[in-house]
Amino acid sequence: MNVLRDTALVFRRYILQTLRNPVWMFFGIVQPIMYLVLFAPLLVKVASSTPGFPQGGAYNVFIPGLLVQLGLFGASGVGFGLITELRLGVIERFRVTPISRISLLLGRALRDVVIITAQSVLLVLCAIPFGLTLSAVGILVALLLIGLIGLLTASLSYTIALAVKSEDAFAPIVFGVTLPLLLLSGVLLPLQLAPDWLRTVAAFNPLKYAVDAARSAFNTHFTDVAVVQGFAVMLVLAIIGVLLAARAFGRAVA
Amino acid sequence: MTTTAPPPAGGRVASGAPLAIRTSGLRRTFVSRGGGTVEAVAGVDLEVRDGEIFGFLGPNGAGKTTTLRMLATLLVPSGGQAMVAGADLLTQGSLVRRRIGYVGQSGGSDLVETGRDELVFQGRLHGMTKTEARARAADLLETLEIESCADRKTQTYSGGQRRRLDIAIGLMHRPRLVFLDEPTTGLDPQARAHLWQEVRKLRDGGTTVFLTTHYLEEADALCDRLAIIDRGRIVIEGTPDELKREVAGDAITLSLIGEPADAFAQLQALPFVREASAEDGLIRLYVDRGETAMPALMRALDAANLEMATLTVARPSLDDVFLAKTGRSLRDDNPNSSARSGEKP
Repeated sequence: MNVLRDTALVFRRYILQTLRNPVWMFFGIVQPIMYLVLFAPLLVKVASSTPGFPQGGAYNVFIPGLLVQLGLFGASGVGFGLITELRLGVIERFRVTPISRISLLLGRALRDVVIITAQSVLLVLCAIPFGLTLSAVGILVALLLIGLIGLLTASLSYTIALAVKSEDAFAPIVFGVTLPLLLLSGVLLPLQLAPDWLRTVAAFNPLKYAVDAARSAFNTHFTDVAVVQGFAVMLVLAIIGVLLAARAFGRAVA
Repeated sequence: MTTTAPPPAGGRVASGAPLAIRTSGLRRTFVSRGGGTVEAVAGVDLEVRDGEIFGFLGPNGAGKTTTLRMLATLLVPSGGQAMVAGADLLTQGSLVRRRIGYVGQSGGSDLVETGRDELVFQGRLHGMTKTEARARAADLLETLEIESCADRKTQTYSGGQRRRLDIAIGLMHRPRLVFLDEPTTGLDPQARAHLWQEVRKLRDGGTTVFLTTHYLEEADALCDRLAIIDRGRIVIEGTPDELKREVAGDAITLSLIGEPADAFAQLQALPFVREASAEDGLIRLYVDRGETAMPALMRALDAANLEMATLTVARPSLDDVFLAKTGRSLRDDNPNSSARSGEKP
C-alpha cells in the first residue's frame, strides 16, 4: 500500500472529525490568549529594566515561548482521543486492513500539526496589536519549528496512550511531564535570568533549544547557532518519536 | 473423471477438502503479573472448511478470543502454525489481512462518524476507490437493513443496528472469510435472531464464517460445525449433532432429599448408567434410553432407601457435552446463556 495515499486518507478522516466540532480548536487557544492578555503586559517593564533580558522587546521574547507552549500543550493531549478509539475497537479494526502502519500515525499526527499551526497563526495575529513586530520569514521559520514540536509531542502522546490504554493512567503522565518541561524551557521568563543550577538542568531539556531557536527566528537572527541547534534537536527527536509511535500502532492490542 | 481439477485457488489447500483455516499446535502464552507465564491457548489444531459457519464455543477466558485474534493477525502466536484464507499466518500477515474480514467484540465503529462514512472509509482502507466504496456501502446498508440510520452518527444507533454496521464494515471488501467475535453478546433476543439470519445469508453466499460464542443456543442453532474450547485446549470438534451423539443417550438430572454423601457412588455404579457427574447437589446420569432407565432407577433408589427431591429427563444439549468433557457446566459461569438470555453478561 502506498504510504502517501494511506496517510492522506487517515488525515482526511481526522481533520474532518476536528472540523465538524471546531469548538475544541478554540479551547486550545484560550489559554495562550489569556497569557498574552493578562500576563505578557507585565513583562514590558521587566524587559526594559532587567539586565540580561534578551533583546527584541517583551512580546518578541514572550510570543515565541507562548507558541512553543501551545504546541506542547495542544499536542500532548491527543492521546485521549486515541484511548477512546482503542476502547471502541476502531484501532483494532484498522489494523486488520492492509493500511500501512506508519500512515495510521502520520495521518493523525499531521492533523494535529495542522491544527496547532492554525492556532499559532491566530495567536500571532492576536499579538500584533500588543506590539509584536513581525517578519514574514521569521514567523515561517518559527511555525516550522512549532510544527516539529507538535509532531514530536503528538507522536509521544500516541505512544504513551497505546501503552497505557486508559485515561486514568494517561492523564498524570502527560501533566506530570509537560509542566516541568515547559518551566525548564524558559517560556514564561527567559532562562538568561536563571541561577546557574537551573540553567544547568535546563540544558538537558530539548524544549529549551526549541524556545531559543524560536526567539532567534522571531528576531530575524536566522544565522544564530540557536536556530540550527533548535532545529537539529527537534528534527532528530521528531523522527525518533514518529518511529516509536508507528511501531506502537503496529503492535497496539486493545 | 477426465477433467482435471482446477488449480488450487489462493484460499484452497491443495490436499483434501478446501479449508478456510487450518491450524496446528497454535499456542499463545502471556506473561502474568506475577512474572510467570499463562498459557491462554495451549496447542490448538483446527480445520475450518470453506463455506461453513464454524463456531468456537467456550466459557469466558477459555481462549476463544485469543485464538481468533491470532488468526486475524492481531496477536503473534507463541508457537504453532496456521493457514488462514490460503495465506501463511506467520509469514504472509498482510495477505491474510487483505483476505479476511474481522469484527471484534467491541465493534470498531467510532461514535462520531456516520455508518455510511465508516463503511466508505473501511473500503478505502482496503484500497477501493471512492466510487467503488460508496456503491458497496450502499449495497451493504440495504442488505443489512440499516439504511434508515446510515447518515446518523453511530452514537444514536441501537445495539442491533450497531452490530449490523460492525458486520457490514467487516464485509466491505468482500472477504471470503469473516471472523465474528461474540457477535450477539448484549443483543436482545429479537436482534439476535435477526443477526443469525444475516450470518446464514452470508454462508449461503459462499462466505466462511468463524465466530466465537458462549451461548449454547447460538452454537447449536447457527453453526454448521463447532469446536468446544476450555482452558486453552479444544475439547471436542464436530457438528452439533455429532457432539451430542458423542455424549450419547439422555441426561437424567436429579437431587435427593438430604443429599446423602454416598448416593452418588451408588448411582454411578448402576449398570445402565454410562456416565455420571455431580455438582451442587445435582446428580446427572447419562443413560442410553431415558424411558427404560427411569423405572430401573426408581427401583434402585427404593432399594437403597433414597428419596428424590427433583427429577428431570432431557435429551443431551451442548451443555451436557461440555459437562461430560470438562466436568463443569458452561451455564454456571454464564447464567445469561439460558433461554431467557438477552441481558449483557
